Amino acid sequence: MDMSMSMSMSREAILQVKGMRKEFPGVLALENVDFSVQQGEVRALVGENGAGKSTLIKILTGVYQPDGGELLFKGRKTTIAGPLAGQQMGISVVHQELNLIEDLSICENIFLGRPLLKKAFPHLIDWQLMNRESSALLERLKVALDVGEKVKNLSVAQKQIVEIAKALSYNCEIMIMDEPSATLTENELQVLFDVIFELKRQGVTIVYISHRLEEIFKIADTVTVLRDGRHIVTGKVADTDRSELIRSMVGRSMDNEYPKRSGVIGDTLLEVSHFTSSRLKDVSLQLKSGEILGVAGLVGAGRTELARAIFGADRKDGGTLLLRGKEEKIHAVSDAVRKGLGLVPEERKNDGLVLGMTLRENISLTKIEKVENSVLLSPAKELKLSNEYIQKLRIITPGPEQLVKNLSGGNQQKVVLAKWLVADSDILIFDEPTRGIDVGAKYEIYLLLNELVQAGKSIIMISSELPELLGMSDRIIVMHEGKITGELSREEADQEKIMNLAAG
Amino acid sequence: MKSRNNEQQMSFRTRAANFFTAVNKKYFIIYAVITLTVVLSFLSDSFLSVHNIINILRQSSMIAIIAVGVFFTIVSAGIDISVGSTVALAGIIMAKVLVDYSAPVFVGVLAGLAVGVAIGFINGYLVTKRRIPAFVATLGMMGAVRGLTYVITNAYPVSGLPKGIYFIGRGYVGPIPVPVIIMVVVYAGAYVIAEHTRIGRFIFAIGGNEEASHLSGIKVDRYKLFAYMTSGGLAALSGIILVSRLASGQPNAGIGYEFEAITAAVVGGTSLYGGKGTIPGVFLGAIFIAILLNGMVLLNISSYYQQMLKGIVLILAVMIDVARNADH
Ligand SMILES: Nc1ncnc2c1ncn2[C@@H]1O[C@H](COP(=O)(O)OP(=O)(O)OP(=O)(O)O)[C@@H](O)[C@H]1O
Ligand SMILES: [Mg+2]
Repeated sequence: MDMSMSMSMSREAILQVKGMRKEFPGVLALENVDFSVQQGEVRALVGENGAGKSTLIKILTGVYQPDGGELLFKGRKTTIAGPLAGQQMGISVVHQELNLIEDLSICENIFLGRPLLKKAFPHLIDWQLMNRESSALLERLKVALDVGEKVKNLSVAQKQIVEIAKALSYNCEIMIMDEPSATLTENELQVLFDVIFELKRQGVTIVYISHRLEEIFKIADTVTVLRDGRHIVTGKVADTDRSELIRSMVGRSMDNEYPKRSGVIGDTLLEVSHFTSSRLKDVSLQLKSGEILGVAGLVGAGRTELARAIFGADRKDGGTLLLRGKEEKIHAVSDAVRKGLGLVPEERKNDGLVLGMTLRENISLTKIEKVENSVLLSPAKELKLSNEYIQKLRIITPGPEQLVKNLSGGNQQKVVLAKWLVADSDILIFDEPTRGIDVGAKYEIYLLLNELVQAGKSIIMISSELPELLGMSDRIIVMHEGKITGELSREEADQEKIMNLAAG
Repeated sequence: MKSRNNEQQMSFRTRAANFFTAVNKKYFIIYAVITLTVVLSFLSDSFLSVHNIINILRQSSMIAIIAVGVFFTIVSAGIDISVGSTVALAGIIMAKVLVDYSAPVFVGVLAGLAVGVAIGFINGYLVTKRRIPAFVATLGMMGAVRGLTYVITNAYPVSGLPKGIYFIGRGYVGPIPVPVIIMVVVYAGAYVIAEHTRIGRFIFAIGGNEEASHLSGIKVDRYKLFAYMTSGGLAALSGIILVSRLASGQPNAGIGYEFEAITAAVVGGTSLYGGKGTIPGVFLGAIFIAILLNGMVLLNISSYYQQMLKGIVLILAVMIDVARNADH
């Protein structure tokens, strides 16, 4: 990728920052970053976990104030006092984590906090108008959804669209999306892409953050790479390729994204028979020691439910579980953990982390005895354990005392992984383990998975990224509507077969 | 992928800002206590006398002890407003055991404590197994337990206690009143539990994110139960001290104590959202309120105003808590 900054200078930028700088305690998140976008372009923003992507867009949307540098909107120097000011200027954002209220309808979510009022009776909410307006927004995105539907009944992709509609409702000229695709499966991705193309056709400028590089080649015109809080390069997508992009992101080239492993698969460790619940229909599977079993399926296929049922987190109506040939009754998560099972959950914010606690405190929650001296917690052991995993997983943090909520999304995900590595489980269920994790760090995680199975442990890996499943699994089972629709060996599996089975 | 740990590169402004937010968040209550002390020592000559300081400590001890239990329930993202009624019932039961059955003092004390722990168990059961919101469960218990106290006593005080019990509420070890010593022991124990054991760690984790704690294999119900039983037990301990001070069991005892204990915890930086707070903070919160009340007495301000001020302090403290949570 040549330094084609000139290209983006040719026309006047709609939004531009120069010499941007942002510090957090112990972290220089952005250093002298220049960044500009032109009207109507789709700009991808990529970089490793903690590179500063979310921080940059939070500055562009008024969530954070910069510590240095200037910001120009349509050529004029401005400051964006807060998120509301940003939205009023026409800069909207769909954040890394969804911010919808589950119990409210689509319409209520879109107009949350600023209801439209009746002209004649300005104290009354004009529901008709709000319904009309929100329907119009969804129509603009070319999606068919009932605006009266409660958000909790929507799929993740549909929620994503509600977020986009909400952002659009502020007459938005620039739409910034922070990892909108992280929670979507390949099929749902197409819905998002269609929405992006539609917006682009309407002249909306888009800044798109993602760790899934293949997407960038599908939808972006230009791409900016950040590394260690610095701007590395900006250029046309057409002028670069995947491996070049990876090289600018991680600072070295990566030929193989999935490391090989050499291990022997042993005896059956776990046997699940006829699991039945409201979301599972007679599911049976076997897992051998030293094996990675991939689980494929669309969102809603029951993969997470299966994981939770094995782990004792949800009630099941029937079925048995054998560990090393012996039947075990797992009634609660604590039983499962004691018997050597672990679950790395899909939703790190809700299910994985205590955000208000430090990294040190989070990491030992699964196996507190590791940091105890008889009944008292040992600060020395805690420190040692956290530093060990900070190094092992290369978690970017000023130290173990950092509150987890202050870590970047990908680094939070690594803390969840660390927590379960600490537990030293024999069987680990990973539900979307690399969600939001950059290419370089993914590789590290794959190495770690290999290390685990080579040590005789077993892994069930649920993933919506087919290349990852194909690259890492010894065997893949595919689910559809709560049933297992097929099983493929590593040799016979390919994308097409999986997609066919996933469709039912 | 190196970690950018560049202290030197941080501007002075950022560092200063970080320092002040840290101070505001963690040590706000220290400054409040110091400021109040300085102001009052100018307004009243007797305020800083040794006698008065010991007096303040003794006055604060009962609320301070209750506040520790309430602290654990609030940290677990619950609350316990039944403590005032527990003070009364535990005291009455102890008094009855001592008077009606002429039991030895330690038996009476154990009976009183058992009552408190049992009330805490019921609260914990309602909150965990029956999934009743803590506010409602303990509000119901507040009414029910107070009612039971009246039923048992017909609303008459229980008097005629043996002298042996007086030591707990009125005794001194050297110059230090016994309730103050009990308070110090309770705080020392609570500090160790909160900061240095898995019990404390898990209660904080549960208050911070119950689902994540559950999915980490923590037995959430067990630790919540611990919080409520501790709260009941410590309220009972306060009730025992009170009976001993008054030399009788009063069915009206402890009315409004829940209010002061919650205020002490919240003023001391315990977040009503759960998952945040410190034991030293709660201690300072209790001291702060005792100083405030003591100061008003010294300055001859009527008790009606005292009541008003307590309410205002609680609201201000919660406002600070809400504001702190809003910036995330
Ligand atoms: N509120 C905060 N307080 C302290 N540090 C922060 C805060 N927000 C971000 N950081 C730090 O700033 C750096 C950049 O974080 P940022 O969230 O911008 O990364 P990112 O590029 O979006 O990463 P990811 O791909 O993991 O989402 C990280 O080291 C992060 O820990
Ligand atoms: Mg981010």
